[in-house]
Amino acid sequence: MKFVSEFRDPKAAKGLLASIHRRSRTPARLMEFCGGHTVAICRNGVRQALPDTIDMVSGPGCPVCVTATADLDKAIAMAQIPDVIIATFGDMMRVPGSQTSLERARASGADIRVVYSPLDALAIAQANPDRQVVFLGVGFETTAPAIAASILTADEKEIRNYSVLSLHKLCPPVIRALLEAGDVRLSGLICPGHVSAVIGSRPWAFIASEFGIPCVVTGFELLDVLHGIDRLTAQVEAGEAKVEIAYGRGVKRDGNPAAMRLMEQVFEPAPAEWRGIGTLPESGLRIRSDYQRFDAECLFEIDPGVPHDQTDCICGDILRGTQTPLDCKSFGTACTPETPIGPCMVSSEGSCSAYYLYGDGNHA
Amino acid sequence: MCLAIPARIERVDGHEAEVSMGGITRAISIQLTPGAKLGDYVIVHAGYAINVLDQQEALETLQLFEQMAKLAEEEA
Repeated sequence: MKFVSEFRDPKAAKGLLASIHRRSRTPARLMEFCGGHTVAICRNGVRQALPDTIDMVSGPGCPVCVTATADLDKAIAMAQIPDVIIATFGDMMRVPGSQTSLERARASGADIRVVYSPLDALAIAQANPDRQVVFLGVGFETTAPAIAASILTADEKEIRNYSVLSLHKLCPPVIRALLEAGDVRLSGLICPGHVSAVIGSRPWAFIASEFGIPCVVTGFELLDVLHGIDRLTAQVEAGEAKVEIAYGRGVKRDGNPAAMRLMEQVFEPAPAEWRGIGTLPESGLRIRSDYQRFDAECLFEIDPGVPHDQTDCICGDILRGTQTPLDCKSFGTACTPETPIGPCMVSSEGSCSAYYLYGDGNHA
Repeated sequence: MCLAIPARIERVDGHEAEVSMGGITRAISIQLTPGAKLGDYVIVHAGYAINVLDQQEALETLQLFEQMAKLAEEEA
């Protein structure tokens, strides 16, 4: 068992597709919340293989894409402070802020380093004791425990020049906001697999019980995605709405309690601004006062000015699931992965990037 | 962003572990998965194991897929 190739078997994929075709009668619009699922769907041509009754729409599950311009401007402003080193996941580099991007700020002399892990940022802090290393804490519940652990490690090892700009977002509150707004009507929801690896499947229960929408948590290989769609189709046709796990090897109902404990030890829920959606209460994470010395917002005073978004970009609507990349007049013309206008084209898991790279926009 | 990759634990030393992913060995932290032990497969995200993969569950899922593939072949 390698946990990868087994879940890509073409014969099993045919079997799952046959089951979906056999079951599906009712027109159904299914949302895949997570950008990782959007990529898996586009890369494998899943949309084209589904029956005409099933329509897939992408959700706001890309942390880079939903980072507000104001927050990005804050990070760019911090990068201008002398003796500050910004450490960030690579996807953030090219997202356009109001005036510039982290990538262009780096070209102008700011010390900005792309890292794979907050552990790499800790190592940079240890190697540069006379400089301040600020890690850009961008991510959902999948990533927040790792960043919490890095703060606890910095505390334990007395690394005093490490801090985090916490821009974390929480998934259940944004799904609630989308469903309450009612802009997009859904017959089923594919819940994020690796967020659920941490928080479990229970936090999605309200989607089924309050909104009557079937939910399936699944993984990111082709067979996982098809299994998820098959289970949702079964619920739709049976008129049921419950939360199922189609990713039993990676997700338990209660998630990973140890990871959640660390996350809750370091962070507490706070309001957060989501690009295209607005500010939602309790939808972000801020660093608790006990760990304030690791909170970049408390350490540095900055004034990034008033943010302004790109006007010819419909990323906000795409993130809400009310428009698709194909509805954008800049898609594939003015806006490409080489010259991105909006974050959904920058991030490798953004809907526009996935549509562009894997041909759903006939650009492959 | 939430990309996470299965990897097998090859060595454990406190919170630190060495995993093998597709032939590459790398150091990760298993601080978030206190139960993880040598030989376990974990899901690795941003340098941390975020969960231990459940082999029994994986086998059951694959058995289900096999039955569905058989059914589709019989129908064809």
